[in-house]
Amino acid sequence: MPASTCSQLKAGSLIDIKMKSIVNYFKEIFFGLKSLVTGLRVTGHYFTHPKEIITQQYPENRETLKMFERFRGEVVLLHNENNEHKCTGCSACEVACPNGTIEIIHKRVDVDGRKVKALDTFVYHLQMCTMCGLCIPACPTDAIVMANTFEHAVFDRSKLTKVLNNPGSKIMDGIK
Amino acid sequence: MEETVYKELESEEYFINMGPQHPSTHGVLRLVLSLDGEIIRKVEPHIGYIHRSIEKMCEHDSYQQIVHLTDRMDYLSCHINNEAVCLGVEMGLQLEVPERVKVIRTIIGELTRLSSHQLWWGVMGMDLGAITTFLYGFRDRELITDIFEETCGARLTMNYNIPGGLMFDIHPNFQKRTKDFITYFKKKLPEYDDLLSNNVIFRERTLGIGNLSKEDAISFGVTGPTGRASGFSCDVRKHHPYSAYNKVEFKEILRTEGDCYARYQCRIDEMWESLSIIEQLIDNIPEGPYKAPTKAVIKLPKGEFYQKVETARGEFGVYIISEGQKSPYRLKFRSPGFSNLSALNHMAQGCKIADLVAIMSTLDLVIPDIDR
Amino acid sequence: MKWLYDFSYLTHAIHKGLSERFEPGTVVILEMVMVGVAFMLLFAVLGLVLVYAERKVSAVIQQRLGPMRVGKWGTAQTLADVVKLLLKEPLINKDADRFLFNLAPFVIMIAAFMAIAALPFAKGLHAIDFDIGILYIAAVSSLGVIGILLAGWSSNNKYSLIGAMRSGAQIISYELSVALSLLTIVVLTGSLQLSVIVESQADGWWIFKGHIPAMIAFLIFLIASTAETNRGPFDLAEAESELTAGFHTEYSGLKFAFFFLAEFANMFIVAGIGATVFLGGWMPFHIGTWEGFNAVMDFIPPIVWFFGKVGFMIFLMMWFRWTFPRLRIDQLLTLEWKYLLPINLMNIVLMAFLSLMGWHF
Repeated sequence: MPASTCSQLKAGSLIDIKMKSIVNYFKEIFFGLKSLVTGLRVTGHYFTHPKEIITQQYPENRETLKMFERFRGEVVLLHNENNEHKCTGCSACEVACPNGTIEIIHKRVDVDGRKVKALDTFVYHLQMCTMCGLCIPACPTDAIVMANTFEHAVFDRSKLTKVLNNPGSKIMDGIK
Repeated sequence: MEETVYKELESEEYFINMGPQHPSTHGVLRLVLSLDGEIIRKVEPHIGYIHRSIEKMCEHDSYQQIVHLTDRMDYLSCHINNEAVCLGVEMGLQLEVPERVKVIRTIIGELTRLSSHQLWWGVMGMDLGAITTFLYGFRDRELITDIFEETCGARLTMNYNIPGGLMFDIHPNFQKRTKDFITYFKKKLPEYDDLLSNNVIFRERTLGIGNLSKEDAISFGVTGPTGRASGFSCDVRKHHPYSAYNKVEFKEILRTEGDCYARYQCRIDEMWESLSIIEQLIDNIPEGPYKAPTKAVIKLPKGEFYQKVETARGEFGVYIISEGQKSPYRLKFRSPGFSNLSALNHMAQGCKIADLVAIMSTLDLVIPDIDR
Repeated sequence: MKWLYDFSYLTHAIHKGLSERFEPGTVVILEMVMVGVAFMLLFAVLGLVLVYAERKVSAVIQQRLGPMRVGKWGTAQTLADVVKLLLKEPLINKDADRFLFNLAPFVIMIAAFMAIAALPFAKGLHAIDFDIGILYIAAVSSLGVIGILLAGWSSNNKYSLIGAMRSGAQIISYELSVALSLLTIVVLTGSLQLSVIVESQADGWWIFKGHIPAMIAFLIFLIASTAETNRGPFDLAEAESELTAGFHTEYSGLKFAFFFLAEFANMFIVAGIGATVFLGGWMPFHIGTWEGFNAVMDFIPPIVWFFGKVGFMIFLMMWFRWTFPRLRIDQLLTLEWKYLLPINLMNIVLMAFLSLMGWHF
C-alpha cells in the first residue's frame, strides 16, 4: 500500500511526493498483476498437459504394479521346494524384536541320539509388527526375510496372527 | 472442525477453541485463543493428545531397538532422528564409523530434510488457500520416497541406521536415482517461487506478520529455520558438525526480519543448500564397509551423553543417562517443536485469526515431535 | 434446422399453437410455467455439469485424475453426491429462527432465477427483455445478499453471523465495481437493453472494439465477479482452514444443497453477463472481411457460442480459485475501495472521452 504521508509545507515538493506516490501506486498494481499471471501460467501449463498426470488407478493396475524388492511388507520364513526351512528355533529374532511380535514355540526332537531344541511353531503377530526390520539381520541362518507384499487388510483380526512355518516342514540338513 | 465458545461475562474478551481436530494445526494440537473482536490477545496451546510415552518405552528397549521408536516422533525427519540416537550411542562407545557410513548418512539426511521442506511448502500453500501447492509438494516428494523405498525399504519410517553404521548397504540404483532427482528438482524449485514466493497475495499475507526478534528467539530457544530467520545463528551442522558435514561447503541461511516471509524464504533457501550438499557428496561416496563391528548386545558405559543434530525443524537432542546396562536408565529427547511452539503466543500478539494460521504454518510444527 | 439459428421461429410456433387452443390469459400463464420449468431444468443440469467440471479441472491442474469410479469417467459422481445430500437429516438448531432459517436458501435461489431470466441465450431465446436490462440484473443480484444475511442471522450461531456479515460486506462492496465496469460498455452502446447490446456487437465484440478501456473493464469485471460469488481467492467467508465456517454452517441436507447450487448458479450468471456484455453474447466471432472464416463461424449455432463463452469465463474463475491463496477480509475490502473503485472511475472517464472522440472501432 502506498504510504503517502507528506508533512512538508512546500507546494512544489508536495506535488513531487504525490506524483511519486501515484507512480508507486500504478507500479504496485502492475507488478502485482504480473506475479498473478506468472502463477496462472504454472497451473495453466499443467492444465494443458494432461499427460503429466502422475496418479495411478490402484486396484485396476495390479498386473503392472511392481513394488521395490526391499520394501518391508511382512516377515516370511523361506521354504525351498522340499518344504524345508532354515530356522533352528534359536529365538534370536524374538529377542531382537522390540515389541513381542514374534513368538517361537519350541519342541524337543531327537538328533543323533540327543534331544535338541527345534522349532515347533513360528508365531508372527502381523497386527503388532512395526516393520522395523530388526529381526532380519539378527537371524544367524538367514531363515527369514521381509517380503514386499502390502495388501494385508482382512476382515477378521485372527487372520493377522500368522504361523510362518508351513505344516509338515522341517529344517534343512546341515544347518545349525 | 469443532469450535465451542465460552463467554466471559466480565471482560470484552471471549475464548475460541481451535480444537484438536483442525485442518491447519498440523496434528492434534488444541489452541485456546483469547480474542478481542478479531485481534488475538493470548494463545494457549494444549498438547499431549498424541503422547505415546516413547521416552519411557526406551528405558526397556535395547539401544538398537530405540532407533525405530525415534522414527515415529518427528516423522518427517526420521532419518535424522535415527542418526541422533546412533551418534549418541557411538559417542558413548567411542566407536569410529567408516567414512562410507558418514557420507551416506549425510546424503540421506539431506534428502530427508528436502522432503520435509517440500511437504511443509505444500501445506503452507494449502493453509493459505492455494490448494494446488499441496499436490505439487507431494508430487516432488514422491521421488524422494521412491529413493528411500528402494534403498531402505520403507517410505516414512525408515529405520535404516543402527548404532555402528547402516543396516545394509545402499542399493546399486541409489546414486543414479538421486542424481536424476537433483536434475528434476532443480527445474521444479523455481516453480515454487512462481506459485507462492512472488505472488502478491501471498506476500501481503506474510510480510510483516508474526515478528520474532533475535533476543526473543534466543530466550525462547527457537532453533532451526524459524530461529535463523530472526538472525539467531544456530545451525548445528555448522557449529557442532557431525557425520560428513565438516567436509562439505554450504551456507547457513540467516535473515534478520523475523517475520513469516523471512521464515518461508529461509526454508526455500535451505532447499537449495540441501541440493548443493547432495550434489557435492553423491559422486564421492567412499568405498568400504557399511558398518563397524559391534557386539550383539550393546552396553554403554556408565555416564551421561548428549548428542544434537539439525533436523528440518531445528535442533534435536538426545540425552542418555546410562548405568552400564543394555537399556538406558533415562533417555530424554530435546524436541525442536516444543520450543518453537512456546514462542507462538509471543508471535501472535495483536494478529488477526487469519494471520495465526499463516504463523503456524511457518513455524512448521509436527505435533508428535512435541508430544513424543 | 433454421429454428436452431433463430429461436423466434420456435417460440412463435409454440405461442401460435397455444393461442389456438386456449384463451389469452391462460396462454400467458402456461407460457410462464413452461419458462419456469425450463429454467429449473437448466439449474439442475448446470449444477450437475459444473460441479463435475470443477472437480475435473481442479484434478488436471493438480496432476491427478478426479472422480473416475462412479459412472464412466466419474460422470455420475455429482448425482451420487446429490442423493447423499438428499438423504441427510435436516437439522435445525433449537433456538434458530425457524421461518427465516427455512426461508434463506429460497431467497438466494429466487434472486438467481430472477437474474438468469434476463440473459439472452440465443437469438430469440430471451425470457425477459427489459429496456433497462443491465440495471435490472444489477438490482436483482443484490437480493442474494438478503439471503446470506438471513442465513447467518437465523442460525443463532456467532460464527455464522460473523461469516455472514463478512460475506455481506464483501458482496455489497464488489457490486459497485461490477456495475461500474458494466457501465463502461454501456457508454459505448448507449442502451441498457441486453438484446441491443448483443446486436451492437454484430461487427465485433466490445472487448476488441473498445480496446484498452474495455479490456481494463473486463479485467475489473472478472475480479469483482469472483468476489461477488464468494469464490476463488475471495472465499474467506467459507474457507475450510479458517476458523469460522461461514453462513451455511448450520445447514445440512437439501437446504445445504440449495446454497451449494446457488453458488454455481451465481457463477453461471456472472459469466453469462460478462459473456453478453464483453464477449458478444451469442454473436459468433468474426474477423473483419475474412468471408470464408466468417461463414464457418456462422455455421456454429448461436446457442453453442453463448454456452462456449460462458464456459470460458467459468473456466477462468475456476483457474483463479485453484491457483491463488486467499485474501484476508481487510485486504479484500482494501482491494475494492482503494484499488478497483478509483481505477473503475478513471476508466469510465477514459471510455467516455474515447467515445466522444470516436476513437473506438
